[in-house]
Amino acid sequence: MEIVRAVLVAPFADMVANPAFLAEVLIGGIAAGLMYSLVALGFVLIFKASGVFNFAQGALVLFSALTLVGLMERGVPVWLALGLTMAVMVALAFAIERVVLRPLVNQEAIILFMATIGLNFFLEGFGEMVWGANVKKLDVGIPDTTFVVRGVLVNRLELTAAVTAAVLVTVLAVFFQRTRIGRALRAVADDHEAALSIGIPLKTIWVVVWSVSGLVALAAGVMWGAKSGVQFSLSLIALKALPVLILGGFTSVPGAIVGGLIIGVGEKLGEVYWGPLVGGAIENWFAYVLALMFLFFRPQGLFGEKIIERV
Amino acid sequence: MIYREAGQFKTSYASDQAIFPIVQDRWVAGLVLVTAILVPPLVANEYWLQAILIPFLVYALAAIGLNLLTGYAGQLSLGTGGFMAVGAYSAFKLTTAFPRVSVLLVFLASGVIAAAVGLVFGLPSLRIKGFYLAVATLASQFFLIWLFNKVPWFVNYASSGTITAPNRAVLGVLVTGPNATARARYLVALGLVAVFALVAKNLVRGRIGRSWMAIRDRDIAAEIIGVRPLRTKLLAFGISSFYCGVAGAELVFLFLGSAETLAFDINQSFLVLFMVIIGGVGSILGSFLGSAFIILVPILLTNTPHWLGIRMPVALQKELELMVFGGLIILFLIVEPHGLARLWQVTKEKLRLWPFPY
Repeated sequence: MEIVRAVLVAPFADMVANPAFLAEVLIGGIAAGLMYSLVALGFVLIFKASGVFNFAQGALVLFSALTLVGLMERGVPVWLALGLTMAVMVALAFAIERVVLRPLVNQEAIILFMATIGLNFFLEGFGEMVWGANVKKLDVGIPDTTFVVRGVLVNRLELTAAVTAAVLVTVLAVFFQRTRIGRALRAVADDHEAALSIGIPLKTIWVVVWSVSGLVALAAGVMWGAKSGVQFSLSLIALKALPVLILGGFTSVPGAIVGGLIIGVGEKLGEVYWGPLVGGAIENWFAYVLALMFLFFRPQGLFGEKIIERV
Repeated sequence: MIYREAGQFKTSYASDQAIFPIVQDRWVAGLVLVTAILVPPLVANEYWLQAILIPFLVYALAAIGLNLLTGYAGQLSLGTGGFMAVGAYSAFKLTTAFPRVSVLLVFLASGVIAAAVGLVFGLPSLRIKGFYLAVATLASQFFLIWLFNKVPWFVNYASSGTITAPNRAVLGVLVTGPNATARARYLVALGLVAVFALVAKNLVRGRIGRSWMAIRDRDIAAEIIGVRPLRTKLLAFGISSFYCGVAGAELVFLFLGSAETLAFDINQSFLVLFMVIIGGVGSILGSFLGSAFIILVPILLTNTPHWLGIRMPVALQKELELMVFGGLIILFLIVEPHGLARLWQVTKEKLRLWPFPY
């Protein structure tokens, strides 16, 4: 009885008793969730266009952040460093397409998945070799301070991340829906062969997709780097983005955002209100369990394409 | 010339269905086994046994386990490390609770416990497929590691949070613990992996293996012809986890000596998955080859600069190792996506005609 009360009643009583704290937890959750979404977006873009489950997205985030910080440490002004890093990410996309993806065309999905894990190792080693392995502070002019709105603490950096995520999603949505290349991307996502047969160059599309997700990785890298410093563990946030991904569906951009919000809020609520019951430190697996519960009802994620199977 | 099956007639179903239908293969397999039993304990020094041969055998067993699940039943799993941890921690709990029970029985029992846990975490596979399932299996990985970290009962309330292999003997010879010789530990690992590889080979040749492959190739079609997905998938998860559990127990008891949960983190899962992919998906022999490859490459990478007489900072060398390892994996997937086992098959085809290929 005691346990049932502690699990089912007490946390909700706490929430009602202190709504300002609840609001803070929720806002923190939303902000964290949007940060996850930024990483998950990169996954979704690549999976949509090429069916590759890109495990190296975390390494891309790390690599872009390292490049940016490295350039800035050498006295390059922020805007120029950002531009240069973007150029590096695009160049990286070209290299990946040429060296990794093109020779592996038509291989099974698991082989491509493994190749991206190899890429993950390679990028981690390469980034650190070029830019050094020590923790660096990334200062892009967004102060990590808080201010108070109606008695609720809001972090300026988290707010910026939220706005960035919103802008990115809007831009991506317009890019996908309104531009010529966006239409080609959707065609490729729909059916590789049909897209090829009407003359859409698959190679170009892949370069574009990897470039775009490289740029998204840069955005995520800037936000995460400003929050917790640029360091090796940055590549581990890919693991945090995975539950977001399966929750939202591998193929849905809005899914990545909604999934991120659900995971972020759920994780924070779970940690604050239920975590102490089991001794805390549950953030490593709680998101996965949360995502699993959703998957039991929708195996393709919330916004994923409906899976139709025929013999 | 040597490798030619001309004149070897199969006169019964039994001989036609044998694991090694060709006489030369039987000889080679027997020779390899005898060599593995006799030569390393006599010739190899402590370093070779401890750093290369024992981990090779232990990981080969884990790779066979994952190969049964991923290669034969087609269920991609990233939770191997978690299941290995279950095996290791149950073995530790069992052998400290029942010190008089033979350690081999303890290994088997911890495999059974791992299998039970695997069954539970295999349940989502009935509803979730493909990469969704792969990510879902990560839940088991993170949850199990967290559990072992959090509950001090699992480590017998040791303040260090580590599990240590106690001294245990088989037939009067110490095989685990700090005083056991590398030779004894090697032989135990070899015996276990040989027996379990044989069992796995027979499993996949028989009814169970065929139903796994049917599920892998097209699960709906398999269901229609009467393969029960629930039973088949859960069986795959259970048996695979059994193998991984035994391998996990061996990892601590025969190789590391003592370990904490860090030894079973997500990288361990990737490592075993690499072994399966590089060795050959859906091949028992491939599990051995992949394990050898993944164990040897880092050792070679660490020692190459030393042999070449190049001195470099430790950090730089670590980074270079990561890069070369990642690059090698990509290169390997491009050159031979079907793994080392396929290379062996190609070699055999060539050998049949050698030296007159035309």
